[in-house]
Amino acid sequence: MPAMNHGPKGPAQRMRPRVRVENPGQLISRLLGYIGRKYLIHCILVVLCIFASVFAMVQSTLFTKTLIDDYISPLLLSSAPDFAPLAAAITRVAVFCAVGILAALLQQQLLVNITQGTLRNLRNDLFSRMQKLPISYFDTHSHGDIMSIYTNDIDTLRQMISQSLPQMLNSGISIVSVLLSMLFLNLPLTFVSLLMIGVMLLCSKKLVGLSGTYFLKQQRDLGTVNGYIEEMMDGQKVIKVFCHEEQATQEFKKLNDQLFDSAYNANRFANIFFPVVIQLGNLSYVVCAIVGGIMALSGFWGFSLGGLVSFLTFNKSLNSPIGQISQQLNSVIMALAGADRIFRLLDEDEEVNDGYVTLVNAKVEADGSITESEHRTGTWAWKHVHQTDGTVDYVPLKGDVTFDHVDFGYVPGKIVLHDISMYATPGQKIAFVGSTGAGKTTITNLINRFYDIQDGKIRYDGININKINKDDLRRSLGMVLQDTHLFTGTVMENIRFGRLDATDEEVIAAAKLANADAFIRRLPQGYQTVLTGDGASLSQGQRQLLSIARAAVADPPVLILDEATSSIDTRTEKIVQDGMDKLMAGRTTFVIAHRLSTIRNSDCIMVLEQGRIIERGSHEQLLEEKGRYYQLYTGNKPSDQTA
Amino acid sequence: MIKTLSKQLGEFKKDSLLTPLFMVLEVLMETIIPLLMASIIDDGVEKGDIRHICVVGAGMVVLAAIGLAAGVLGGAYGARASAGLARNLRQAMFENIQTFSFASIDKFSTSSLITRLTTDITNVQNAYQMILRMCVRAPISMICAMAMAFFLSPELACVYLVAVIVLGIILALIMRRATVYFKQAFPKYDDLNASVQENVSGIRVVKAYVREQFETSKFMTASRNIYNIFVKAERQVVITMPLMFGTVFTCILLISWLGAKMIVSSGQTALTTGELTSLLAYCMNILMSLMILSMVFVMVTMSMASAQRIAQVLEEKSELENPADPIFEVPDGSIRFDHVSFRYNETCESPVLNDISLDIRSGETVGIIGGTGSGKTSLVNLISRLYDVSAGAIYVGGHDVRCYDMEALRNQVAVVLQKNVLFSGSVIENLRWGNEHATREECVAACQVCCADEFISKMPDGYDSHVERGGANLSGGQRQRLCIARALLKKPRVLILDDSTSAVDTATDAKIRTALSTQLADTTKIIIAQRVSSVQSADRIIVMDDGAVCGFDTHERLLETNAIYRSVYESQTQGGGDFDENGGED
Repeated sequence: MPAMNHGPKGPAQRMRPRVRVENPGQLISRLLGYIGRKYLIHCILVVLCIFASVFAMVQSTLFTKTLIDDYISPLLLSSAPDFAPLAAAITRVAVFCAVGILAALLQQQLLVNITQGTLRNLRNDLFSRMQKLPISYFDTHSHGDIMSIYTNDIDTLRQMISQSLPQMLNSGISIVSVLLSMLFLNLPLTFVSLLMIGVMLLCSKKLVGLSGTYFLKQQRDLGTVNGYIEEMMDGQKVIKVFCHEEQATQEFKKLNDQLFDSAYNANRFANIFFPVVIQLGNLSYVVCAIVGGIMALSGFWGFSLGGLVSFLTFNKSLNSPIGQISQQLNSVIMALAGADRIFRLLDEDEEVNDGYVTLVNAKVEADGSITESEHRTGTWAWKHVHQTDGTVDYVPLKGDVTFDHVDFGYVPGKIVLHDISMYATPGQKIAFVGSTGAGKTTITNLINRFYDIQDGKIRYDGININKINKDDLRRSLGMVLQDTHLFTGTVMENIRFGRLDATDEEVIAAAKLANADAFIRRLPQGYQTVLTGDGASLSQGQRQLLSIARAAVADPPVLILDEATSSIDTRTEKIVQDGMDKLMAGRTTFVIAHRLSTIRNSDCIMVLEQGRIIERGSHEQLLEEKGRYYQLYTGNKPSDQTA
Repeated sequence: MIKTLSKQLGEFKKDSLLTPLFMVLEVLMETIIPLLMASIIDDGVEKGDIRHICVVGAGMVVLAAIGLAAGVLGGAYGARASAGLARNLRQAMFENIQTFSFASIDKFSTSSLITRLTTDITNVQNAYQMILRMCVRAPISMICAMAMAFFLSPELACVYLVAVIVLGIILALIMRRATVYFKQAFPKYDDLNASVQENVSGIRVVKAYVREQFETSKFMTASRNIYNIFVKAERQVVITMPLMFGTVFTCILLISWLGAKMIVSSGQTALTTGELTSLLAYCMNILMSLMILSMVFVMVTMSMASAQRIAQVLEEKSELENPADPIFEVPDGSIRFDHVSFRYNETCESPVLNDISLDIRSGETVGIIGGTGSGKTSLVNLISRLYDVSAGAIYVGGHDVRCYDMEALRNQVAVVLQKNVLFSGSVIENLRWGNEHATREECVAACQVCCADEFISKMPDGYDSHVERGGANLSGGQRQRLCIARALLKKPRVLILDDSTSAVDTATDAKIRTALSTQLADTTKIIIAQRVSSVQSADRIIVMDDGAVCGFDTHERLLETNAIYRSVYESQTQGGGDFDENGGED
């Protein structure tokens, strides 16, 4: 069963990529702030390097003119040409160029660090934030959407940080410096040039708008198609059994054609961007040449022909940086949409953990009083610092749990558990029975505060669990869930997940208790066998045994068990249940029970129906009552029996 | 492989041919326009000839317009060709997967099929667009510029030739080294994402054991490793940019020096100043094209693996084929296994099913019980020809299953698979998978038989309620009941339930079985189960062990004669069974 089943059984909201990025300015500044926080010096150096390399580039382009005007022309006129000044000039430019190359080298190396480092920081921040989010977040966001933040969105950001931003800065500096030189040469002609740039910008804006919209639409359509592919591939065997190939293909064709449409348009507008800008640049060259030519010939503003030549060279060199900026815009739009989703996750509220009662190692003195100990004593106590007067109480950890008129709903206003009251004294077993959807799993999720209750109180050893530090509360509870989750790592590590400081011997002892030792020893590398893909190489029963061992090594006073053992053959099921029995011995246990022996051995059975406890008592008492329990047990309606 | 993929170009062949053509046109304009620019300066501005400026300017505008048209069309055709190739590939793969046999699906695995249909296609699409637009453009641009350079001054152009060769070799070396690093880096990156996936789906376990800190620090270590290896790999790649700068600068300075000497010593005869300016302008063109070419090369190499994986799916042929003259009607629900052996793979040593012979009468209810891996599922999957037998034959309604039209057979032999799936859509849409023409009443009736009506009618919109992908908003038992109802709507001759009520409580399970036996009296029902209680009321029970049938008889007789059956029965009834075990034992 997928994890969704534990949560509110309502539709999960999907984070569809939206077709428009809101507040791009705010996003960029936040992103830059994020990068700058860790890499400010790097960034400053990169900017300096970009200045240096642009400078070197300009020097080398300007040199052609200097070469001809200042060196070749005079040399041509002189009878005994002296190449020494030219050699000196070339050496000077070579030095500039060398500096430029070094700057480019440094800039690129720094950028690698900035980019990869920022991505690493983002990943780490995302992950640690995700770990702190409440369970309800995972109920309402599909796993695929969360995953795509780590993969797609981070990838688009890499492109933007490592290429788009520096490229745009580089081009921006070039454009500004060229424009300044042009202004210096001829003011009116610069206006002509600027006018053309204005036209370019106008066209660019139109094209960016078009392609940007289609790019985001393409992302969305790609998401839809991929989602459909995943769903159909997951159900491929069902499709075959129901001969639904034709329908599936038809539906796919529709979505696929839509994607083609948006992908085609997105790329088309992106592709025609560059030629448009370049050719407009050429047009600008012609216009400036004609206007400038007329101005120079009429002697207007003392504009010389030589000046016009320089001006036209500058005008030409504007072309390529403007083209480059225009090419980067699309990836910036995509990256910002990704950054938006990343920051949204980072902005999610953490699970509240304001409990001040903590769990400490305790020592029981000769007179029966409890003191705190620095070392692991095997005995635990709740340390309760009273907020009013600052006095400290130590309450021994025993495993006494009380529900007092508890109401709960996953969404406000929709109560799914009504007025639940019950208690379990240390070592008692409480069994929940009832049909699917009666609220059995929900109750167990309240004890460890996966969800917070709306009304009523839950007490653990007499302390309201809202006052207990969540981590400590959960540490005192063991959980064996119906769907087991194993992590990539050795079998040993997976069991040790229950208690990190457990020794190898303790882990093996726990595995023995859980009846897992025998099959683990048969694995190729025993306890050191590496599990991958959620323990894909193990059978369902073996995975369950490992999760029991994990709870056993944690050795908590209170245990929450989900006994459902579907699709396990009888032999394995017996081993699993035997392991569970051993684990339950001596602990307060809440068990979602299916097995007759578990229920018979329970101190109290709660029969749940539609979020209420409708019957409670021991097996015999409940049979006497001839109510719902009797009906579940015998398969007969009470009336059948009396009839 | 290239052949398989290029076949999918289909209607986009024209676009694929036009794109490079327009690119060549654009490059030609790009090469000619600088000549005109030079002419404007040399013959127009320098000489103060405004007429010349206007005439050449007009020519340049015309060329620019042609260049613009070529660029726009080339871009558009390129986009269409690559997006079109992607669409056709996706469609062809999807369609071919629909013809896959179960064996092929198993061979590729679901997750790998998904990657091939998504990431791999995107890679190929991007690479194809690059090839169309750049692979012609860059070399042509380089050759044009090089030709111009040689035309202007063969001696000086040799500088470029040397530069191109040297830079080319260095680029190739860098790219080769970088590819090695990237090949190491990408699997690590996948591992990192796998660990995120693991934590997202296992978040309850992480939280229950307060392992947030632990997992985060584990993740951070992995993410630091990724950082290190990517930094190493990218450091290689980014050298190319400064290297390129260096070559450009060297060429410019070298040509400036040599050119100046040449002009001065020959007195503007061997080379003019204008020609020197043009020579220098071509420098950027030549080297930039080389650089783009090397980038395209890397991209193409990286997408090669993707192309290969796509081709594999396209080339996969289903080994199950419809017979030449198929039978469309299954006359009755009788099933006969005649010395059937089966192995999933030719290379497997021991068969999954070994020499099985069975005779099941039409309308009979047959239970199958046996441990994990005993071959229960394999046995029933052969009946609707999801796999072909390796030896022997299976007869349904008196005909060999290989004589039937496959669709007809599967419609009349309904299987409710162990791993069953619901699709996003309404409840009624899911039900109509069984029969798209089923009326609402028929759907309700089917749901009543398998006790699904009771929970559906309680859902907010009844039969129009939305079902999430995979049925995520339903419980396991509810999903199973819907899946049975969906199969019932086929009105099959044979109904196979492969452990399909494991999550349904025993009382409901019993109700379903009773309803099935009374309302589908003519349908042969085969029920695989783990619980003895689910099968003991069947007419006969097959006990399977290690790929063989070790008992096929009634519950009572098996208890007497079959040791395996007896031990399973005893272990489940003596306190070890489910608490609602007795449900259905009226």
